[in-house]
Amino acid sequence: MVDIPSSSSRVLQLRGPQHLFDRLFRSATLFFGLFILLLLGGVAVSLVVGSSAAFSKFGLPFLWTDIWNPATERFGALVPIYGTLMTSLIAMVVGIPLSFGVAVFITELCPPVLKRPLSIAIELLAGIPSIIYGIWGLFVFAPFLQAYVQPFLIATLGHIPGLGVLFAGPPFGIGILTAGLILAIMVLPFISSIMRDVFETVPPMLRESAYGLGCTTWEVIWRVVLPYTKVGVVGGIMLGLGRAMGETMAVTFVIGNAHQIRTSLLAPGTTISSALANEFTEATTPVYTSSLITLGLILFFITFIVLAAAKYMLIRMQRQAGG
Amino acid sequence: MNALSRKLIGAAFVGAISLTAVGAQAADISGAGSTFAYPILSKWAEAYKAKANVGMNYQSIGSGGGIKQINAKTVDFGATDMPLEQKDLDGPGLAQFPIIMGGIVPVINVKGIDAGKLKLTGKILADIYLGMISNWNDKAIAAINPGLKLPDLAIAPVYRSDGSGTTFNFTYYLAEESPEWKDKIGVNTAVQFPQGIGGKGNEGVSAFTSRTDGAIGYVEYAYAKQNKLAYALVQNKEGAFPEPNLKSFQAAAANADWAHATGFKVILANQPGKDSWPMTASTWALVYKNQDKADIGKSVLTFFDYAYKNGQPAAESLDYVPMPDNVVKLIEESWAKDVKGDGKALWP
Amino acid sequence: MAKDLARYARRQRKNWIVLGLSLCATGVGLFFLGAILYALLVEGIAAIRPSLFTEMTPAPGSDGGLLNALFGSAVMTIVGTVVGTPIGVLVGTYVAEYSRGNKLGQAIQFINDVLLSAPSIIVGLFIYQLMVVPMGHFSGWAGSMTLAILVIPVVTRTTVDMLALVPNALREAAAALGTPKWRITVSVCYRAARQGMLTGIMLAVARISGETAPLLFTVLSNQFWSTDMNRPIASLPVVISNFALSPYPDWQRLAWGGALLITLAILCLNITARSLASFGSIKQ
Repeated sequence: MVDIPSSSSRVLQLRGPQHLFDRLFRSATLFFGLFILLLLGGVAVSLVVGSSAAFSKFGLPFLWTDIWNPATERFGALVPIYGTLMTSLIAMVVGIPLSFGVAVFITELCPPVLKRPLSIAIELLAGIPSIIYGIWGLFVFAPFLQAYVQPFLIATLGHIPGLGVLFAGPPFGIGILTAGLILAIMVLPFISSIMRDVFETVPPMLRESAYGLGCTTWEVIWRVVLPYTKVGVVGGIMLGLGRAMGETMAVTFVIGNAHQIRTSLLAPGTTISSALANEFTEATTPVYTSSLITLGLILFFITFIVLAAAKYMLIRMQRQAGG
Repeated sequence: MNALSRKLIGAAFVGAISLTAVGAQAADISGAGSTFAYPILSKWAEAYKAKANVGMNYQSIGSGGGIKQINAKTVDFGATDMPLEQKDLDGPGLAQFPIIMGGIVPVINVKGIDAGKLKLTGKILADIYLGMISNWNDKAIAAINPGLKLPDLAIAPVYRSDGSGTTFNFTYYLAEESPEWKDKIGVNTAVQFPQGIGGKGNEGVSAFTSRTDGAIGYVEYAYAKQNKLAYALVQNKEGAFPEPNLKSFQAAAANADWAHATGFKVILANQPGKDSWPMTASTWALVYKNQDKADIGKSVLTFFDYAYKNGQPAAESLDYVPMPDNVVKLIEESWAKDVKGDGKALWP
Repeated sequence: MAKDLARYARRQRKNWIVLGLSLCATGVGLFFLGAILYALLVEGIAAIRPSLFTEMTPAPGSDGGLLNALFGSAVMTIVGTVVGTPIGVLVGTYVAEYSRGNKLGQAIQFINDVLLSAPSIIVGLFIYQLMVVPMGHFSGWAGSMTLAILVIPVVTRTTVDMLALVPNALREAAAALGTPKWRITVSVCYRAARQGMLTGIMLAVARISGETAPLLFTVLSNQFWSTDMNRPIASLPVVISNFALSPYPDWQRLAWGGALLITLAILCLNITARSLASFGSIKQ
């Protein structure tokens, strides 16, 4: 028997519960870390289970069938998929140049005093909830488009052979184009803030050298900054795309909920998320509900791929900046 | 900074306390379904809450939704504008009874044409929704509206994007008047409209119609009136064009034979009679014949009893047609026979 | 020489055009922010009166307010935040403090960032399958859980970012004093990063207080005052959505009023959170 000095035995006694706490705390963090992975898995599994009825009835052709008829219980996902892709495409065509402009302005032109307030103001656009964009879109933006913008588009672009089909038909005010434009405003803050962040990772040395050679600001952006940050910029764009595809309420209010594919961008349509928001509580039969859940699964799949790709690119960008 | 986090924690604490302090409220009841009957049901619910202190929470999610949710037992009653077939009632063990009647009117948004000035026939309406008539100055419309100045303006048909009894009654009338409609589109709570804009609920159709130049939609009369939308007249079975109002809805309802219809299944669309409004409709409530919770079942019946007996003025103020007393008597007799809880009849 | 000058002028012109366009783009962004806020103020101000905060959502043609919706939203937001925040903090702690860059930590961070932008309506579907169907009815609890799931990624993200800013010297100093690891994390790291983490919580609250889509088929709504979380409960976003699409002018006014309230609350949260984040850099 060795006499342990009382002080150290006290330390040992303390260590017991402390050690236990350590283990517990660590396990808790690990448990919830795994919980996140489980959550994603759970979402995927629940959607797959929910979609089985529709899948067994329609099979793969569900993806390219353009019928959506609750009365005869025939469903297909083509129309909402088309609407989702089309509105997101418009959002990107309009949103990317805008976001790029905002990012360039904030990083290159803006007086330092204004930098923060301006960044916050643009990011506030991201804070405004989807539903607010929705009612604003329905009550303010769509009537404005119907009265002024769409007639102009029909009268000008509508007469150009080829391009004209995109701007044919009566100006309803609500439709694919309106939804796309609202989405463009909604993704602007996301894309521009990421662009701004990656622009700021460019080593000052590169910038200064280019300026030293007599480049204009635009040439520095175009030939130095963009090539250096292209992965991050594309990542930011993909993130905006993923957001646009999943947007629900804003689109539901202004797209017109029509299960149809028209060549005209002015025509009403529907997206996956707006179809879900509109029809989920009232799908009467198991097949109908299951078809809607299958739409959800498709949306989950598409957005997961897009967001994962975006994330991957941004991580690569970070490594480049760090290394 | 610390004060702020303390405040946040305090707020969370108060929230938690208020949740634990939740007592059992009086047996509130919930219903969902028809948007057609929503305004009157929420009006009745408000009055009933004030009188009996029982909340009847009704959510307008469309008739299809009402049928779905009562089948899933997420609500205590469903409300549908399309009566269910006997087999669909017997499967889950449901009883149905009518609660209110009203009219569906076509509404238009055409500058220069006021309410009640434009006449339409069932065939023209069907052709508009089929996309065969696409401009307001079409010959067919001009032919029955001599003297009315019709603009050169594209027609934007607005329909219901959700499963709806209003659509059922509307398409029922169109199919009666247009063979082509019957073949191509059919009659249902949701059909595949060949073109146009879909609005969710009567609310959505009203909103889209009032916001779109050249639009035509079909909504429950209360919505048209509240929204000050211009309605069009529709030709009835006798070839007349009655004004849509309580009188013409009642005329259509008066001809209905409730006593001999199984499950109170009477379609009020296109009823005979010179003064009958051709697109009259009613809403049915769906309840389980065997109530899992007797007190809830009793609560639902007591609510409707109150609505039948005290809710007429509210109904008429919103331009609905209340169920006539003799029909109410039939309905309450059927309750006494059909609706049970704990093995006993819940009514009276 | 002249050719060079011309080329120089062309380059300068191009530069000015592009920079001018970028100024325009910023203007467009700010214009829309202004337009939305302006519409909200103009339409919503009319609805802001005492009755808005004291009365229940009315039947058509009656007077009323949004009290039940405000209460329902507040309770669900609080419950969602209270449930989601600790989970988010723990996940963030694992990624930043314990995983130290191993494969699992990276995977968790990756998935979390995907969840951060995932469509909320999908989360609603998930909870519908998981809670509403088995329970047999819509409920405030289902809505709260939906919101909790949306809170987690936001809090996780900011926790990771903030803990990464805590200098290692602090951890080492504490460890040298014989402090156990969990105490270091809680008393040293959390304390140093608390401002940033609070920002994260505020952003999460801002994010969920306007969520509508997933509540449509998890909570439904309620015309009356209800404190029963086991039944449908009114919430501001859902009421706004229902009332905005209604044909009744007084309902539409209430919808605008509610929209104004929600937006102001969220903007305040956002501005506070962002200014906190800027001042809340770690004191070295």
